[in-house]
Amino acid sequence: MNAPETRPVLELAQVTRIHGAGGLAVHALREVSFETYAGELVAVMGPSGSGKSTLLTLAGGLDQPTSGRVLVEGTDLTAVGSAERAKLRRTSIGYVFQDFNLIPALTAGENVSLPLELDGVPTRAARAAASTALGELGIADLADRFPDEMSGGQQQRVAIARAVVGDRRLILADEPTGALDSVTGEDILRLLRARCDAGAAGVLVTHEPRHAAWADRVVFLRDGAVVDEAGEPMAAVRS
Amino acid sequence: MSVKHALLALLDEEPMYGYQLRAAFEERTAETWPLNIGQVYTTLSRLERDGLVEGGDTDDDGHQIYKLTDAGRAELTDWFGSAVPRTQPPRDELAIKVALAVSAPGLDPTAVIQRQRSATMSALQGYNRLKRQTTDLAYELVLDSLAFAAEAEIRWLDHCDARLRRVADHPDGAR
Repeated sequence: MNAPETRPVLELAQVTRIHGAGGLAVHALREVSFETYAGELVAVMGPSGSGKSTLLTLAGGLDQPTSGRVLVEGTDLTAVGSAERAKLRRTSIGYVFQDFNLIPALTAGENVSLPLELDGVPTRAARAAASTALGELGIADLADRFPDEMSGGQQQRVAIARAVVGDRRLILADEPTGALDSVTGEDILRLLRARCDAGAAGVLVTHEPRHAAWADRVVFLRDGAVVDEAGEPMAAVRS
Repeated sequence: MSVKHALLALLDEEPMYGYQLRAAFEERTAETWPLNIGQVYTTLSRLERDGLVEGGDTDDDGHQIYKLTDAGRAELTDWFGSAVPRTQPPRDELAIKVALAVSAPGLDPTAVIQRQRSATMSALQGYNRLKRQTTDLAYELVLDSLAFAAEAEIRWLDHCDARLRRVADHPDGAR
């Protein structure tokens, strides 16, 4: 366990996102406040259209709120320019998707080292970091395989390695088990859980209650607002 | 729950006396369904009467050791070879509560549903915490059984919620 920190890795403060305007305006999120600390995995559940994906997109800096603030490692994503936001995405935020989104023409090792190389890390150092990340996920031996030479579970492990490589601490996972069978899906959740136990902060969007239950907290969204929570908020445990 | 067949299955592994059977049963099922020792001995005497087990020697401490007979082994093979019957559904307090909440005056049934959803999710989190602490396969599978049942309950609550919303949006009965 890392030393307790008072600052959340991700903080959404009174975030509202409205798509469209006037009579056609859709309130995707309504004044949602939400925090995730290092060491914590939070699951977000809710029916289609409840705002789950919008929340994740805003947390990842891929979209901007209509009002409110989104802070990652203390930096307000709504207050910085697009260049700095893009840099923060490369250095602080890792995404894990349902369909893995690995680049088919690159090996597992190259897929994992790519975000570092794009950020200017020399190839040799980036490859070394990638191989460490793959090792931590138990798949060091797959470094030279291409995505189509791996099973779904193996590809998702590579995607998690890519999400955490280079000491990124915020992992945003969008239905990461949706394409996997129940045993492999559980393996992936255990890995995400372990990455959070090792100091990352995770946000998991899922519609599978068994998988959500690996989280410390489960947040229920409905019509763009948080209606309830199950589990202990980290802030309460710390105070 | 078939204590009878559980005891036959354990005795098929090795002859045991009553307290050993109880301990083995609870270990295998993660103490999820506690057995009292009276129940174990009553069941053993019925199994003996029916010729499915035989009480043989006593050990040094005077415990009577039971072992499986050929008829007991045949009964066990039948049990493993057949599906567990889906009998009359047990009385389900939650289903009854939701059914009554739908028409209860002055009550928001979706609040009843959300309270239950949170409580069941907390239970599910508890099962996963236990799963992280064990490497025992049988224990894990029993926890999985509880987890899948809790998940089914949450899915049903989601379904109730969606149906209530549909009815609220289309009071004329359109689906």
